[in-house]
Amino acid sequence: MHIIDRRLNPGGKSLENRQRFLRRAKSLVQGAVKKTSQERDIKDVLEGGEVTIPLDGMHEPRFRREGGTRDMVLPGNKKFIEGDYLQRSGQGSAKNSGPGEGDSEDAFRFVLSRDEFVDLFLDDLELPDLAKRKIAQTESEGIQRAGYTTSGSPANISVSRTVKLALARRIALKRPRKEEIEELEAALAACTDEDERVELLAQLEKLKAKSKRIPFIDPLDIRYRRFETVPKPVAQAVMFCLMDVSGSMSEHMKDLAKRFYMLLYVFLKRRYKHVEIVFIRHTDRAEEVDEQTFFYGPASGGTLVSSALQAMHEIVRERFNPSDWNIYAAQASDGDNSYSDGELTGLLLTDKILPVCQFFAYLEVGESGGSAFDLSDSSLWTLYERLRNGGAPLSMRKVSERSEIFPVFHDLFQRRETAQEKAAP
Amino acid sequence: MTERLFEGADWDFHTLQRITDACEMVATKDLGLDVYPNQIEVITAEQMLDAYSSVGMPLFYKHWSFGKQFAFHEASYRKGLMGLAYEIVINSSPCISYLMEENTATMQTLVIAHAAFGHNHFFKNNYLFKQWTDADGILDYLDFAKTYVMQCEERYGRVEVERTLDAAHALMSHGIDRYPGKKKLDLRAEEKRAGRRRQHEEEVFNDLWRTVPKGAAKSRSALSIERRRKLLGLPQENLLYFLEKSAPRLAPWQRELLRIVRHIAQYFYPQSQTKVMNEGTATYVHYRIMTKLHEQGRITDGNFLEFLGSHTNVVFQPEFDDPRFSGFNPYALGFAVMQDIERIVTKPEDEDREWFPDIAGKGDVMGVLRDVWANYRDESFIAQFLSPKLMRHFRMFHLHDDPEERAGIRVDAIHDERGFRRVRRELARQHDVGFIDANIEVVDVDLSGDRRLILHHHVIKGSQLNETDAKRVLQHLADLWTYDVALIEVDANDKVMREYVVSPRPIPAAVA
Repeated sequence: MHIIDRRLNPGGKSLENRQRFLRRAKSLVQGAVKKTSQERDIKDVLEGGEVTIPLDGMHEPRFRREGGTRDMVLPGNKKFIEGDYLQRSGQGSAKNSGPGEGDSEDAFRFVLSRDEFVDLFLDDLELPDLAKRKIAQTESEGIQRAGYTTSGSPANISVSRTVKLALARRIALKRPRKEEIEELEAALAACTDEDERVELLAQLEKLKAKSKRIPFIDPLDIRYRRFETVPKPVAQAVMFCLMDVSGSMSEHMKDLAKRFYMLLYVFLKRRYKHVEIVFIRHTDRAEEVDEQTFFYGPASGGTLVSSALQAMHEIVRERFNPSDWNIYAAQASDGDNSYSDGELTGLLLTDKILPVCQFFAYLEVGESGGSAFDLSDSSLWTLYERLRNGGAPLSMRKVSERSEIFPVFHDLFQRRETAQEKAAP
Repeated sequence: MTERLFEGADWDFHTLQRITDACEMVATKDLGLDVYPNQIEVITAEQMLDAYSSVGMPLFYKHWSFGKQFAFHEASYRKGLMGLAYEIVINSSPCISYLMEENTATMQTLVIAHAAFGHNHFFKNNYLFKQWTDADGILDYLDFAKTYVMQCEERYGRVEVERTLDAAHALMSHGIDRYPGKKKLDLRAEEKRAGRRRQHEEEVFNDLWRTVPKGAAKSRSALSIERRRKLLGLPQENLLYFLEKSAPRLAPWQRELLRIVRHIAQYFYPQSQTKVMNEGTATYVHYRIMTKLHEQGRITDGNFLEFLGSHTNVVFQPEFDDPRFSGFNPYALGFAVMQDIERIVTKPEDEDREWFPDIAGKGDVMGVLRDVWANYRDESFIAQFLSPKLMRHFRMFHLHDDPEERAGIRVDAIHDERGFRRVRRELARQHDVGFIDANIEVVDVDLSGDRRLILHHHVIKGSQLNETDAKRVLQHLADLWTYDVALIEVDANDKVMREYVVSPRPIPAAVA
């Protein structure tokens, strides 16, 4: 007779089977994940959670009998006598399935962890043109300040820190100040009375001795600057969010853009250790702003798309060397641009922006309902389309509903071999 | 007065030991039970969920469908749709019972009485388990199976192994020998022989197949139909066995996988035939033990009331028009019949003497019950021991649903003098797995032609196979057989009702 405590045994014995199940159900779960994410707020998308998949796809078949005449014995007869008939669909009659029959599993809910969720969501996505990623995968060492130390090479002495400590020590130990000694010496010189002279001399001697005992700078005070080598990830990416905030962009359109940018951010975050985001908003002039201003700050004015591109170009030149950074840009706009700006925009794109970008996505947002969309292509759209047809690495989509964001994103970033830039919707 | 086993709801391992000793005294001295050595393991809720998804076994080979089970149970457990069982017990020697740490001391006592003595005795003594299962060998065999499947995955790729196992699982319910053969399952020897057997079969070429493809005219006449069928062991209702032995193009490791699935199916076969009895026995035993402990003053009135609460829930039988109704509750039915046997043996009425002349008033309750537990399965147990009194108690009635009948579902018999025997016969039939499972067998192989495998489904009461599922299972079957497979559904008069023909899928190039 044994009693064994198994509670401390490692749990999660089913983890492996669970992973096998997920692998197998991948396409189904992926579909479910996408569907679920459309219904959720974008922040919650990354929280994992419950998905439902049709059980049919994971069904394990068996030979099952069905139909025919059936006999069943049931408990709880209150009024029937032999020879009675029960209506088949009537209430109060037996349920139309006998004991142990029927299969109730039509859909299957289960909870995915955060990682499982994001993995499945992003699984078949890939950033186009990943050439730079290969160079970037090695890590280089960087040097970083890391406080002070009591030992080190003379070149690294931190004078200010040392002096500061010395001063504190001198004050604490009451080292006589230079002025005090000078004062005494002056008093001594002026003194005539012999007794007083002797006393002053003794005082002076004492002070001098004390200031000798307590040096101005003690080896204890010396501090060196400390440096640490840290691995510096070179696998870095920067994402430029360019948004038209002119009066014609409604909150709905900004919301669509925001969703798209956040998705892009999450996606890049998975691929790179460091992702920076640069928010550039523009009307007829462009400025770099923080996220809050970007999405919610009021602005209005005319529209000059080239201003945003120009700003991006300058920021890249200053801060993001294209040989070190993977540069992505996503532009959201309602498609309006002033007529005169078209040529400049095109030039900036072909000469400055596209050559340094891994990928440039253009998202044209429209009002919910999207009927205006069907009228004709916007000026920006026409321009970009022309560029793309000329072979530029540009992707463009139109979006007018929240639920379209995920499919469009997915479309833009799915593995390339199948989807070498098809025509716009 | 005897010392209390515990106070309040808390327990520790000493308490469990005292409880087990006390239960054992009652079980062996008062009830005369004969059990395998017990091993009691305390586990957490999460581990209980783990155990659920591998049919309760502590070790099992890896397969995605267990992961599916786990995800399913986990989701319903988290949402509170499902409680966890108080225990899981394994038919092995030693007999392993898992207890959940959340149980109160009273619940642990109930569970130990129920699993470690009730189920344990039943496993050790019932003829079906004796005949079909090998309690000493099962854990080692599962260990062997787990390792073997893992090795196959390493050697032949996980996709290949999964494909074979999927197919085997689809045929699992038709991988059973229903009638006792030459010898009892000896899983240890089985495991040892597995290696040697494969080696041997790889060396010896199968003559039957060598003669087939060419020179058909000659071999055809030489091999008469009868002889051919005999060589193949036809007709054969154990589809997994047939494939393992006769499928022409399976690799030796695939045959071994089929064999493993078949052995496991066989191991669980008695459980599916004895649900009512097994749970009835365990419930009856825990009821007796708990009552005795209470009489002895070893558990308090309060603890006993707590026990009665759980017990009542377990044996609750909703009526057919209750939303909670989902068939007969095996705990309720089994326990009721066993208590009724106790009544008949000790205080029979005239009706009982007439219906049960062999046991009425015999006096030796445990003697009779032990005999029942040893020698019956659900179907024969109900057919033999369901008394008129119980049929009245449950107010049973028999419905006959003929789709042709426009008037509706007919009440064929109720719990009255005219109906007792018919109700009892019908209820017994519902618990006969031989009747519930589709009756499918391999009848022939077209050896002279395209090697098509021919199966028959003997349709009973017009109940045919679900078409979608049947096609999928046949697809698996054809993939293993590697030639066409035909399934013909025939009724009692040999009239063909439906016919399926499925061709094997080409084997895709192995994907790593």
